[in-house]
Amino acid sequence: MSDFPASWQFRSPKARLALWFGWLCLVALFVWCWQVMNERTIWMFVQDAPKQAADIGGRMWPPRWSYLGELMVPLWDTLNMATLGTLLGVILAVPVAFMAARNTSPFPLILRPIALFIIVASRSINSLIWALLLVAILGPGLLAGIIAIGLRSIGFIGKLLYEGIEETDIRQVEAITATGASQAQVLNYAIVPQILPAFWGITVFRWDINIRESAILGLVGAGGLGLKLQNSLNTLAWPQVTLILLVILATVVLSEWVSAKVRAAII
Amino acid sequence: MLELQGLTKTYKTGDTALSDVSFSVPKGQIVGLIGPSGAGKSTLIRCINRLVEPTSGRIVLGGRDLTGLGVRDLRAQRRRIGMIFQEYALVERLSVMENVLSGRLGYVGFWASFTRRFPPADIQRAYRLLDRVGLMTHADKRADALSGGQRQRVGIARALAQEPELLLVDEPTASLDPKTSRQIMRLLVEICTESGLPAIVNIHDVPLAQQFMQRIIGLRAGQVVFDGTPAQLTESALTEIYGSEDWTAMRKGHEDDKDAEADALRRLSVLPA
Repeated sequence: MSDFPASWQFRSPKARLALWFGWLCLVALFVWCWQVMNERTIWMFVQDAPKQAADIGGRMWPPRWSYLGELMVPLWDTLNMATLGTLLGVILAVPVAFMAARNTSPFPLILRPIALFIIVASRSINSLIWALLLVAILGPGLLAGIIAIGLRSIGFIGKLLYEGIEETDIRQVEAITATGASQAQVLNYAIVPQILPAFWGITVFRWDINIRESAILGLVGAGGLGLKLQNSLNTLAWPQVTLILLVILATVVLSEWVSAKVRAAII
Repeated sequence: MLELQGLTKTYKTGDTALSDVSFSVPKGQIVGLIGPSGAGKSTLIRCINRLVEPTSGRIVLGGRDLTGLGVRDLRAQRRRIGMIFQEYALVERLSVMENVLSGRLGYVGFWASFTRRFPPADIQRAYRLLDRVGLMTHADKRADALSGGQRQRVGIARALAQEPELLLVDEPTASLDPKTSRQIMRLLVEICTESGLPAIVNIHDVPLAQQFMQRIIGLRAGQVVFDGTPAQLTESALTEIYGSEDWTAMRKGHEDDKDAEADALRRLSVLPA
């Protein structure tokens, strides 16, 4: 009994030293950042921040409810932009995901890097920037917004979907292959059923995000609620801004609820 | 019926899983493949339908060489070989019927299978097989709603739906309890005997193999070290296959299983034959 060591340590001394050093660096970084922030802030403005906030708050309240009627068409546009954009994103993302996944890519050596590049490129650019570019190319309007949302969605849906495809159970694929099924049939019978729940979950989640994003795309001229928001901000019509923000909030809450319901139904 | 000639498989890592394996299986024979983990049982079974590509050697099924076939010909030949898996390998989110019908994928075109419009003869066969394995009432359930034994029955029905000329069975009972294991083994043996279907059954449970198999092949380190009847599988033969160990302990375990077996017999008689 007494021959065995009585003490056991979770981390080796080296790991403990490294951990301690890591925390030290983190604290030092925090102190340094605090200093930079202090230097660059004009405290005079910060001091009357509560007064300014109260001032704007006072001007914003109460919301101009009569403006609601005018918001219905832009709201409809926003929802359409999000939905059609998501649809476009899905249509483009599905083949990209199959090309990017190691186990389904037809020519992994060439197609995988291309697909991964498409995914990264799409993800690296914010929808607002996509919209800015597309408004310049296509002119202002919903079409630019739809395409912007679609292009941004490719990366998101593509990445999550290809990870889902790579995590599929190989044994089910093996079993279907062993029956003499063709590649297309293996995809249809062994892989698609396995990724379908993930697919719907990802799509609804992205649609939910897209509703939030499409609400502000109008700021750069892509139509929808954002356009109204910009107009109201430009004319300092604060009660209208409040109402628009409330409408966006209500829409997002609603879309959250829908996506939660859908996800609960498929899993 | 099936003839393996000098089958060898060396993996890319340099590991030799099979070296110069040759034997033949006549029509209607049920062969048990035993051996320690890593002896190459799984590789051997997967080489036969070329889920694993053999490095050299020949696989001849009913006069047709399966090695060196192109994709299209290989698919056509795979239809002749039914496979049953260790953890059932059903497509969990598809219905029982879809799983059984997937055994017909090699025979129907893509659109017919995509729209799930299988020929009437296939559907009839699928129902007949579900009835045979005692799952008629479960046809429209999702595969993941079934118990282990029921899932393996679906796996058997799927393999039989191919109307195979050979069954490859990879550890069919490894994830099942002793009682269910025996029920499944009995069902397999019955079905093979009924239609004179030869089978190669990978099995790590020696008593189970001795009880149900007509012939046993022992693999060690990728080589055939035993080939004979269950009666010939003596302790010295087992030591040859597995290395030295106290075999009497295992035999005693077998005696315990006899009780489960008797119980299983009683239960089986209630099930439709």
